[in-house]
Amino acid sequence: MKRTAPLLIAATVGFIIIVSSFIPYTESWGEDSMIWFDILAAVAFVLGGGNLLKMNLKKVSDRRPGWAYSAIIIAAFLITLTLGLLKVGTHPNEVFWNKPWSGDYIGEGSALWWIYEYLIYPLTSTMFAMLAFYIASAAFRAFRAKNMEASLLLGTAFIVLLGRTYAAIILTGWLPELAHDAEPSFFGQLWNGLRLEKLTETIMGVFNLAGSRAINIGIALGIASTSLKVLLGVDRSYLGTGED
Amino acid sequence: MRMARLRSVAIAAACWLSAIDVVAQDTAPPPELPAPPTDVEVKDRPSDNGQAVLISWMASADDAPEGSPRVLEYWIFRRELGQAEWGEKILDSPAGTTTKTDDQKIKVGTQYEYRIVAVGVNEGVSEPAELLGGVASIRQWFNVQKAWFGILLVLICGAVIYFIEAARGGKDLKVRKIAGLEAVDEAVGRATELGRSVLFINGIQDINDIQTIAGLTVLGNVARRAAEYDATLEVPTSRSLVMTTARETVQAAYLSAGRPDAYNENNIYYLTDEQFGFVASVTGRMVREKYAACFYMGAFYAESLILAETGNSIGAIQVAGTAMPSQLPFFVAACDYTLIGEEFFAASAYLSGEPHQMGSLKGQDFGKVVGAVLLLLGCGAATLASMANNNEAIANFAAYIRDSILGSKGLFP
Repeated sequence: MKRTAPLLIAATVGFIIIVSSFIPYTESWGEDSMIWFDILAAVAFVLGGGNLLKMNLKKVSDRRPGWAYSAIIIAAFLITLTLGLLKVGTHPNEVFWNKPWSGDYIGEGSALWWIYEYLIYPLTSTMFAMLAFYIASAAFRAFRAKNMEASLLLGTAFIVLLGRTYAAIILTGWLPELAHDAEPSFFGQLWNGLRLEKLTETIMGVFNLAGSRAINIGIALGIASTSLKVLLGVDRSYLGTGED
Repeated sequence: MRMARLRSVAIAAACWLSAIDVVAQDTAPPPELPAPPTDVEVKDRPSDNGQAVLISWMASADDAPEGSPRVLEYWIFRRELGQAEWGEKILDSPAGTTTKTDDQKIKVGTQYEYRIVAVGVNEGVSEPAELLGGVASIRQWFNVQKAWFGILLVLICGAVIYFIEAARGGKDLKVRKIAGLEAVDEAVGRATELGRSVLFINGIQDINDIQTIAGLTVLGNVARRAAEYDATLEVPTSRSLVMTTARETVQAAYLSAGRPDAYNENNIYYLTDEQFGFVASVTGRMVREKYAACFYMGAFYAESLILAETGNSIGAIQVAGTAMPSQLPFFVAACDYTLIGEEFFAASAYLSGEPHQMGSLKGQDFGKVVGAVLLLLGCGAATLASMANNNEAIANFAAYIRDSILGSKGLFP
């Protein structure tokens, strides 16, 4: 029963969503199923929050290595939760101006808004900005010309890199452009195609796009097959190994 | 006395002048009206639940930069058949761009009449163009625009089911080796030898994402190996439901490996839904704990490279699998093995080794054959059409493949 009930629910909801895609009358059924999931996820958040507190409180009480980080997590979690639930610093809604709690919890000027604008947002931006350094180090490793394939990759990347900057104009701008008013000759097209920005267009629009679409077709088939296995109960590994 | 008379005359003159001004204002010519739109047409929107009609019209003659007065927008009015009043406008549509719109707030089966007017720059409203007699929307029972999609879905799913049944019946199916999945044993074994932990990250999406489900099936197999080799497995999650499901999966894996006592649910924990908050916490732990092996299986976004590069810097064996095409290059650059797209979805069947699961992979191959045939037919037809001076029959065939079979024009466009 522990596995049968989730399987039945998953199969029923899955088939409803598929059917709602083809039968207009059932469109709202699919949307309702997704709303049910949102409700479930919202309730499950209590589990997540509880787990976060439990794990970090235990770490602090045991004085395990790095317990100070846990103390900061607990403090940040509780402060944010309290400020949000009590709507500290919110301004009343214009319609219900005499009800202090009628304002939006994340409205401008509220404590939660300040936390978001001046703590979460800058911290998130900092993490995102670090990507630039990670890209540089990963590119350095990926583009080392160790063998034939790596050398080809390096050469292609170099062309695309130049083709997307003004360097393309400086280096190959002297090659002729195609005339708009006349049928281009073979050599005219050839010389024009060797301009770095044109080479970049060809690499991205032909070779790269073809590979990308092949991957996407494989992904689509994989999704269809995996979904079918889950809906039919062929693949139950996400529920366990078989024993109830 | 004379001054008083002069003042009276002045006041009288002022009154007359202001009166003339008022009369002049009252008799000012009305704003010039733009030419009306014409040929109003209202049709039921196909393949929907009967909640909308498509309205189209011919643009006003003044709907052009040189129009006088130039038309700014069109106002659309609606009334139920039999009603006398038109009421307030229900829609407005900017001029110069389109002459069609959808009315999506109607009741199924009710007859409606429509009126459209053009509004000029001087706020002059044109004579109306009307569609009288009533038009009703109809509820369709099947979305014909998706007919080909449905046919392909049935074909591919049918093939998957057929091959699963064939495998159950004892048919021998050969699957090529996938290096990334062969490396699971090596990675977990290395963690055991070094006495360090294994890290598994199941993406940052919730359980309703198929990639998360596919990642969980790989987690089950990694957990079984970890239980067999007595390695510690750590699974931080960014969603509460994923944490709950991952605990069930790992517990079952330890049970099936005969090591239920080694299972520790505290090793599978929730951090935060916030993308970069999650990354900050996980990378911090990676640097402090120095995991021996890192698995990234699921849906990833910008955090993919931060995680993989941090894992690389601590010298961990890294295996990644995702169906996010934009993140694949980052994983390929920073990880030892990467499961690209369909390999990731094939992982559960491959690792389980169960024949009926392998059958599903053969079904996928059938889908690839169908895709390849359509590609060849489409490319061939398009090439032939251009070589044969755009031969109409061949061009139509190529267009049918592009717009109907792979597009949304349905069986009979």
